Amino acid sequence: MKDSVASLWVYLSATPLLHLTLTVCVFVLARWVYRVAGRPAWLNPVLMSVLTLVLILTLTGTSYSSYFEGAQFVHFLLGPATVALAVPLYRQLNLLRRHPLALLVSLLAGSLTAVLSALLVAKLAGASNQALISIAPKSVTTPVAMGISERLGGLPSLTAVLVILTGILGAALGPWLLERLGVHNPMAQGLAMGVASHGIGTGRAVYMGEVAAAFSGLAMGLNGLATAILLPLLWGWWIS
Amino acid sequence: MLESLAVLLLCQLLGELIVVAMDWPVPGPVVGMGLLFVGLVIRGEAPQPLVDTAQGLLGQLSLLFVPAGVGVMSHLTLLGNQWLPLTSSLLVSTLLTIAVTGWVMQRLSEPADGAGAGR
Repeated sequence: MKDSVASLWVYLSATPLLHLTLTVCVFVLARWVYRVAGRPAWLNPVLMSVLTLVLILTLTGTSYSSYFEGAQFVHFLLGPATVALAVPLYRQLNLLRRHPLALLVSLLAGSLTAVLSALLVAKLAGASNQALISIAPKSVTTPVAMGISERLGGLPSLTAVLVILTGILGAALGPWLLERLGVHNPMAQGLAMGVASHGIGTGRAVYMGEVAAAFSGLAMGLNGLATAILLPLLWGWWIS
Repeated sequence: MLESLAVLLLCQLLGELIVVAMDWPVPGPVVGMGLLFVGLVIRGEAPQPLVDTAQGLLGQLSLLFVPAGVGVMSHLTLLGNQWLPLTSSLLVSTLLTIAVTGWVMQRLSEPADGAGAGR
């Protein structure tokens, strides 16, 4: 009996299906817990799934590369999904007609602040170059941030985790900070949430009203494009 | 649905090719996103099947980050060494970005006579 269980395990752990199934099931479970608990930011399903999977893999002595053989089928869809971001961005384009100049200037200011302040604080606190480039795109939506990090020699997996933490932080503290600063304009509120905290911030901006949510979504898309173009230039200048 | 998926994959492939051919440091899928965006602007509308496929993919977007996120298990030593710069940078930079973006947008989008209220 013990032998057959062992041989079954050997069979299962060699097929990509096991880790593909595990990834989807853990995520579905994490999302269910998140919804039932009333969607608190700190119970973010991606973060919880990552923690759970790392724990399971460590306990079963599974290497990341053998896990990834199964999980790569999910991972592969990240490319087409990034391309698909063009569709919501296009549909939000009419928002640009209101205050186009104010929008673009604020967006650029926010985008540069996000990258430069992240680099500066991390550098002052003693971060390595690899950690620096992994954290620089932290305010950009995850698929774009991971792509940027990978292209510039960072660690995309570290970037993914940092991006999600940034989203949680912004969603939790953003509304309070904007209130303290007296920023009551819903366009400004939405833009700030979207530029700093991408999709997770946009999810929070939904509760600040329709205008804030729409501008947050627009800000997220445009900040992804802006950072993908600006960061390689800034990084070249930073390391030279 | 299949046509839309083909469009998305073609844009990504073109994006990757452009990035390699021009030696750009920008991610291929982001160039693909730019191409699709320009295509939609030229066309003047987003076809419904494409909108549906995009929404289907983006609706499950967060699941797609999980496999890569699990990769942090290979960098636990780095996290142990660098947790202080990483967490301080996250906190300061996120708050500063929200403050700067929100404040600049509020100042610029309000008429001049309302500037006092922007403070």
